[in-house]
Amino acid sequence: MRGINITISVLIASAILGYLMAFIAGLCRLSSNVFIRKATGFYIELFRGTSLIVQLFWLYYAVPMLFDIQLGSNWLVGVIAIALNYGAYMSEIVRGSILSVAKGQTEAATALNMSSFQRMRLIILPQAVRMMLPEFGNYLIQMLKATSLVYLIGMNDILYYGNILRSNDLSQAPTVYLLLLVFYFILALPIIWLTRKAEVISKKGVAS
Amino acid sequence: MTEPIVTFQDVHKSFGDVEVLKGINLDIKPAEKVAVIGPSGSGKTTIIRMLMTLEKPTSGDIIVDGKNLWKMDKNGQLVDANEKHLREVRGDIGMVFQHFNLFPHMTILENCMTAPIHVKKENKQTAKQHSIQMLEKVGLGDKLDNYPSQLSGGQKQRVAMARALVMRPKVMLFDEVTSALDPELVGEVLEVIRDIAKEGEMAMILVTHEMDFALDVADKVLFLDEGVIAEQGTASEVIEHSSNERLQSFLKRFRA
Amino acid sequence: MDNWSWEIFFDAFPVVLEGLGITVGLTLACYLFSLIFGFVWTFLRRVPFKPLNWIVTWVMEFIRSTPPLVQLFFIYFAWPMVPVVGMTLSPFTSAVLGLGLHFSTYIGEVYRSGIEGVDKGQWEASQALNLSTRQKWLKIILPQAIPPTIPMLGNYLIIMFKEVPLASTIGVVGILHMANSYGAQYWAYLEPLTIVAILFLVLSYPSAILISKLEKRMNRRFDKKETLNSSKGATT
Ligand SMILES: Nc1ncnc2c1ncn2[C@@H]1O[C@H](COP(=O)(O)OP(=O)(O)OP(=O)(O)O)[C@@H](O)[C@H]1O
Ligand SMILES: [Mg+2]
Repeated sequence: MRGINITISVLIASAILGYLMAFIAGLCRLSSNVFIRKATGFYIELFRGTSLIVQLFWLYYAVPMLFDIQLGSNWLVGVIAIALNYGAYMSEIVRGSILSVAKGQTEAATALNMSSFQRMRLIILPQAVRMMLPEFGNYLIQMLKATSLVYLIGMNDILYYGNILRSNDLSQAPTVYLLLLVFYFILALPIIWLTRKAEVISKKGVAS
Repeated sequence: MTEPIVTFQDVHKSFGDVEVLKGINLDIKPAEKVAVIGPSGSGKTTIIRMLMTLEKPTSGDIIVDGKNLWKMDKNGQLVDANEKHLREVRGDIGMVFQHFNLFPHMTILENCMTAPIHVKKENKQTAKQHSIQMLEKVGLGDKLDNYPSQLSGGQKQRVAMARALVMRPKVMLFDEVTSALDPELVGEVLEVIRDIAKEGEMAMILVTHEMDFALDVADKVLFLDEGVIAEQGTASEVIEHSSNERLQSFLKRFRA
Repeated sequence: MDNWSWEIFFDAFPVVLEGLGITVGLTLACYLFSLIFGFVWTFLRRVPFKPLNWIVTWVMEFIRSTPPLVQLFFIYFAWPMVPVVGMTLSPFTSAVLGLGLHFSTYIGEVYRSGIEGVDKGQWEASQALNLSTRQKWLKIILPQAIPPTIPMLGNYLIIMFKEVPLASTIGVVGILHMANSYGAQYWAYLEPLTIVAILFLVLSYPSAILISKLEKRMNRRFDKKETLNSSKGATT
């Protein structure tokens, strides 16, 4: 099966970039600077309010026309679209988890004279991340499903090769697509398993 | 006469329209043990939280070891303190909370070690050594690698004390540290406080409802009522020989 | 920004707008399908027969964790080739089945959480009152299970609205399809795609706000109930 490496590399890259965006945007939403808060809010609402496939096409077709730039490869366009979209969704999880760490934790850390940065890094984030894990797992599956969209911007991923097989021999279509679905499911299984583990972990070690 | 370590000068505090503290004046000498008593809502916690810089006074000055907590000097003018100033001044103060507030994601040893390492920049080995010493002192030397969720309330509160003590504060604040505990666990915590008190060097402010305990350890008792210090003196003066009527009726409830 | 043309924008706008009816219609059709089929999942999972529960759980998991795009292709391209049961479906019908089925697995979870959220005492109480199964569900369980799920169900309507443009890949002529074919015809993608984005934003953002308001209201009501219960527990 060809195209697997594209599907997987898009997944890994967009997951890393997406989580990064989630943390950046989530923390910015909690900033004391009004401008940063508003600007991040705009980004989040923009990407949550329109749909991923529209964003993908927009980045692919419209952005080069608008700014006369090429975003490099299709691969990069796909990764950026998926990461920005799910980063926006997940930033709300980051924000919510940080806010739900008990106030007493911040106060205890202050009483130990930690700086606001130390409080965040040593006390709040480690607890908040535990709360985020299960949702992060769920979104990883969403991102896995979203990788199939890169086919639509001309990438030769697994779906592309599947479609070629199908057009070569129409009667093979059911087998081909079923195999594709099974392939995605096999990729999803470890994520599902990890997510369930994460749910157990997140129930421990958090003061709320 | 020695300089006071903590001074309150006409400190007021309002929450919204409600004035909770209406002019607190107070001197605490180094190593002095002060018990604060008073009815619920009289502002005991608020006093302690302002001293810990968790709450900002509406007006007045709080001075700790010669440094004004909430105001700093800027080009010869006193302005509101910023985070940097607060960090410089609150190093002298430690606090134990009513609800422990241990860090649930760390073992009890880590609970104690983290601040010395990151705040005081002690090297890891020293910090660990001090923390173990402190935890042994509060009777938890055998629980170093346990997580807070595996401890009883009394044990948690003792960890919280060790955690505050390793920072070697000059003033230690206790806010009703036994009132969230099951009655049978109160004794072990008070015992530890008594030990710390005997060692001397540190000033202590204890908000408490345990009158016998206050009589035992406190050099001075303050009775806080309706936003002012209504009565103060030695423990026996305030608790046993005062003629203040409201204090009498307050004490009666605890003696019953 | 020199490449932006208002002329094209206003030229493309009515063209794209023509697809809106289909997009919204498809959203509603998919939603309806998944609301109904969600019940089927929930019901199947409650049948007191372990192997069936197990199979249903994994089938749901399978549908939920594989891409709806591939599922669409399966139904549109492959279904007609399936022996015996296979038949050719129109793009619209395929989309309703594909997306509806995909999201019904999520909706089924929502129903389940609603039912599990009903206090255990309520089941026991209806037992004690000797209600029939039908009465128990209609009078006691569902009236309590449904309201808390309404905001979640509303959220899924918005999510599905944003997922529906997938159907343009099998030829459903919604707004995205109109925009793409306009783009291909005049080699001007920027404006029509921007119009699509604006339409999505304009329709989904206010609804999202509406739903989060609704959710807050419900939470408050729920919280009140909880504190009431706990204070009751404390006194007895
Ligand atoms: N953050 C706050 N916002 C508004 N009001 C507050 C806040 N903190 C305290 N108060 C009010 O200030 C008053 C004093 O509170 P404080 O907690 O200092 O009392 P206390 O003497 O410690 O009482 P207790 O014995 O119940 O602990 C109370 O009426 C309380 O409701
Ligand atoms: Mg108090």
